[in-house]
Amino acid sequence: MLALSAKLFDMKIQQLKHIYRKTKDILTQGWMLAGLVVVILLPFVIGLGLYLKSHHIFTQYNFWELIGSTEWKPLSGKFGLYPFILSSLWITLIAIVIALPVALLSAIHLTTYAKAWVLKWVHPLIDILAGLPSVIYGIWGVIAVVPAVQSLALSFGIKVSGYSILAGGIVLAIMILPFILNILIEIFKSIPIELTEVTLSLGATRWQTVKKVILRKAMPGIISATGLGISRAFGETIAVLMVAGNVVKIPTGIFQPGYPLPALLINNYGEMLSIPLYDSALMLAAFILLLIVLFFNILGRYTIVRFEKSM
Amino acid sequence: MKWRKIEENLFRVLMFLATMLMGGVLILILIAIFKNGLPALTWEMLTQPPKGGYYFGREGGIANAILGSIYLSLGAVLCALVIALPVALFLNIHMKNHERWVHIIRFLMDTLWGIPSIVYGAFAFMVMIYLGMKASLLAGIITVALFILPIMIRSMDEVIKGVPEGLLEAGLSLGANRTEVAFKIFVRQCSTGLVTAILLSLGRAIGDAAAVIFTAGFSDRIPTSISQPAATLPLAIFFQLNSPIEEVKNRAYASAVVLTLIILIISTLSRYFSQKLKNH
Repeated sequence: MLALSAKLFDMKIQQLKHIYRKTKDILTQGWMLAGLVVVILLPFVIGLGLYLKSHHIFTQYNFWELIGSTEWKPLSGKFGLYPFILSSLWITLIAIVIALPVALLSAIHLTTYAKAWVLKWVHPLIDILAGLPSVIYGIWGVIAVVPAVQSLALSFGIKVSGYSILAGGIVLAIMILPFILNILIEIFKSIPIELTEVTLSLGATRWQTVKKVILRKAMPGIISATGLGISRAFGETIAVLMVAGNVVKIPTGIFQPGYPLPALLINNYGEMLSIPLYDSALMLAAFILLLIVLFFNILGRYTIVRFEKSM
Repeated sequence: MKWRKIEENLFRVLMFLATMLMGGVLILILIAIFKNGLPALTWEMLTQPPKGGYYFGREGGIANAILGSIYLSLGAVLCALVIALPVALFLNIHMKNHERWVHIIRFLMDTLWGIPSIVYGAFAFMVMIYLGMKASLLAGIITVALFILPIMIRSMDEVIKGVPEGLLEAGLSLGANRTEVAFKIFVRQCSTGLVTAILLSLGRAIGDAAAVIFTAGFSDRIPTSISQPAATLPLAIFFQLNSPIEEVKNRAYASAVVLTLIILIISTLSRYFSQKLKNH
């Protein structure tokens, strides 16, 4: 009798344990799924939120009018975003023009010419450079790049403060360099070694191999790295803000100050609430920023996915 | 024939210079920061909050910003972890047989990673005003958590992806359910990799300024609850650098030294853990 009841009790415990495990499983899975849904919805919610907040401004202004107008005078209701978009484009262009060739040469060097231990040593450097906060780059820009740009401009006979789109572009180039380099290294690594061996055995020099075979094969990857680099550069805020000068004006030369889109957001957040439509205009700026960044980002990601499939 | 050789050598030199440039720039940045910052760095700066007239060159320190940054980033990492780890596990274990969807989600996550932090900041600020909230440590934590969420998920995902296929099957065949396999076996198996992912996100959280500038506010006092505004190191650097007073500027450089050191420590730690992972 006693043995039987003990056995029954045991079975009960087993059953309870089973129910406990089952509930825990279901609850955890629910939590995981909920988290996943949140993460999937997040980009859409951000985009939709910014759009909803900014669309008030379209009741009074036309989209192209806002994009194309050069006048930014919130107090008198003039919200021309053209100078900001143009400044951002200029700075990004300068950054990518500097960073891409350097990253390309360095990536080829590290993956085809250099010994394996070089890459092993360079990797931590890339990681540290990529991990430095943008405010540190900004401070370095103020200490080193701005005076350098100033004296460079002086040697051309132009007297400026040095806070300019060129300074912004240089700082930004250094910031996106490790990012692009990392992608390019992965891409060059994934190109089969046999290709190099074949061309070398046919009597080509290494550089000819790189030029005629590797670069051609890696082209989609390079385009992708460029796209991702542009999208990274376009959204970068603090560092550029610190060295670009922030004058609302269409830049007429690379030594002139510019006022990039993210800087506009940072500098005007606080005061925007008191002026009608000001907040809509700023949210529109954020929305445009998001769209441009997403465009280049998705372009880059898409090409890289295609590239991986072709390998 | 000769031209081929010249071209080869020319590009060899250029490539070597490009690689050198990268290391050189890192050293240049570190030298610039430390040379300008170390002379102004005092014990007082690290341990005291700003006192009256600090921003005009009087006494005090940046303890408020150091602690604020630590609270903010740790809070954000914790919040993000609660979502990121389950999602990363879910993608690799529960959704094992839905590869198409997993690819789409990864793509989405990578895209999310690319959204600049200022956009997160703008979005969070908008939501904050809509809800009638004030700038506070809590708002900052939530914003930064959203911002580092994709970073954490994707880096954890990459780690968990590398777990051998057999482990899941072995676990299931022993009678464990998927959740148990996920949290009891996979998490243990990947622990060093997961720590690296967390440290990476922590570095991002501490270094970012654009997302918190209007959500966390700025305060000279050390926050004692999550509803108070909090200062952060990057913002403290930014504000002090804008001062026309030489002494305050020097303190910006000194604060930059502190931030750089924190980041270097975090990246060294994460390197240590990822090295350990390789030796497994």
